[in-house]
Amino acid sequence: MNISTVKAHMDIPQPVRKSRLSNPGWFLVSPSVALLLLWMIVPLGMTVYFSLIRYNLLYPGENQFVGLENFSYFLSDSGFLPGATNTLLLVGSVLLISVVFGVLISALLEASEFLGRGIVRVMLISPFFIMPTVGALIWKNLIFHPVSGILAYIWKLFGAQPVDWLAHYPLLSIIIIVSWQWLPFAILILMTAMQSLDQEQKEAARLDGAGPVAIFWHLTLPHLARPIAVVVMIETIFLLSVFAEIFTTTNGGPGYASTNLAYLIYNQALVQFDVGMASAGGLIAVLIANVAAIVLVRMIGKNLTDKA
Amino acid sequence: MTLQQSRRLQSLLLGTLAWAIAILIFFPIFWMVLTSFKTEIDAFATPPQFIFTPTLENYLHINERSDYFSFAWNSVVISFSATALCLLIAVPAAYSMAFYETQRTKGTLLWMLSTKMLPPVGVLMPIYLLAKSFGLLDTRIALIVIYTLINLPIVVWMIYTYFKDIPKDILEAARLDGATLWQEMVRVLLPIAKGGLASTVLLSLILCWNEAFWSLNLTSSQAAPLTALIASYSSPEGLFWAKLSAVSTLACAPILIFGWISQKQLVRGLSFGAVK
Repeated sequence: MNISTVKAHMDIPQPVRKSRLSNPGWFLVSPSVALLLLWMIVPLGMTVYFSLIRYNLLYPGENQFVGLENFSYFLSDSGFLPGATNTLLLVGSVLLISVVFGVLISALLEASEFLGRGIVRVMLISPFFIMPTVGALIWKNLIFHPVSGILAYIWKLFGAQPVDWLAHYPLLSIIIIVSWQWLPFAILILMTAMQSLDQEQKEAARLDGAGPVAIFWHLTLPHLARPIAVVVMIETIFLLSVFAEIFTTTNGGPGYASTNLAYLIYNQALVQFDVGMASAGGLIAVLIANVAAIVLVRMIGKNLTDKA
Repeated sequence: MTLQQSRRLQSLLLGTLAWAIAILIFFPIFWMVLTSFKTEIDAFATPPQFIFTPTLENYLHINERSDYFSFAWNSVVISFSATALCLLIAVPAAYSMAFYETQRTKGTLLWMLSTKMLPPVGVLMPIYLLAKSFGLLDTRIALIVIYTLINLPIVVWMIYTYFKDIPKDILEAARLDGATLWQEMVRVLLPIAKGGLASTVLLSLILCWNEAFWSLNLTSSQAAPLTALIASYSSPEGLFWAKLSAVSTLACAPILIFGWISQKQLVRGLSFGAVK
């Protein structure tokens, strides 16, 4: 496409082709919008319906309307309170760990030149690409195992009794595994964001006598506000429905010690076949996620589209 | 000590610290790969064996305990089909939103993102029952459709940010030359956005390959991808950690390498274009 051909065309009075030039956008966007709308509305509508009837796959045919009974059963289920608490603890701690350590580690990488920085970078982000089931099983069998795990070996080196991590500290263990997967994501995003920080500004601050801590606090951190918001939003989406890590390691136990809402609902649905109650639980999970989403989108939604 | 010396010492210390953290975080992966070359006896030995006679037997017999290659093939088919389908739907949408921006565009983009906020457990039952009544339980088609839909918002958003960087003039020039909408997209736009599209494809492949909620809940044997195969190792049937490690290493290696190659571009997609 060169300029002269364009010009040549412009000289000739073109037949008006308004229809082609007018917005084809609506027509092109519609498949995506329609599919996502269907994806949202149909299953969600069915969930709402199921949540209002008695529906257990083990007792077919008994599907009478029961109002909000499923909700009250779910909310008073002995697993609900631990499930909700564990969900919040899991999301909260992993977010905290990945943001705090993510900022510190990427600041460390930015602060100095050293041999093999590229390799260090690659090593730091690698766990993010590991399948969740693989990550969980590696931790369970090779790291946490009370007999042959690495941690047991280290404990014995110091003369301590090896700990059965998944049995005695199930939630903490899950938090460690999930943080191991998501801290690299924070590092990946924050490291890239830090590289885009204006070096001249930093140099100017340094010449004005600002120490490294002051520069970090007043220059780097504000620059990272947006990327941190992005990390928080994306991680929240995924962390609210952590499932495979629990499924492959503790099965939610012992008791409900490491059950989160996602696992509790799975348990009700596909283990106890109580579709009605699982649907009520699902809606409660949706509600919790949406409260989080509204807050987060308010916080950063504007930022996201402004620059994009 | 001169200033230069203290600078050098400082950077040496920071470098050492960075290496220590990196080794700590990378250790489980390193250990998995190492274990995959051990015999089962070495794998279970205490203290853990760092030096041992490596063996390839775990890799040679990988197909024995389970039908590894059929699981791997399922992963390949599902990931690539879902990615292709997703791109087919997402490119036109991203095109129209990037070049024919209306007042509703930003709202639409945010709304698409918000569908990601729907936790999968919220729709587990209906999807499970729908799949069951259509006879799609434990089929690749079910997973392909679901993966297409769950990745669609991210893919649209990512392509949108790449298209956004392309000057409108180029398209206008093509249009004045009489290019049709189709030609404009295929002949002009796609070649320019090649790099961006490639990294979008990689991201989508990574997400599909590692997805573990729907694959665990909707498949059992026929259509089960690698995530499900590896989850099946969670119920212990004797000591097979070396084999587990070998299977895991094979399942993760391609994605890990994809990730290393495309880390810079992935940042953009994963942050919905907020970090470049």
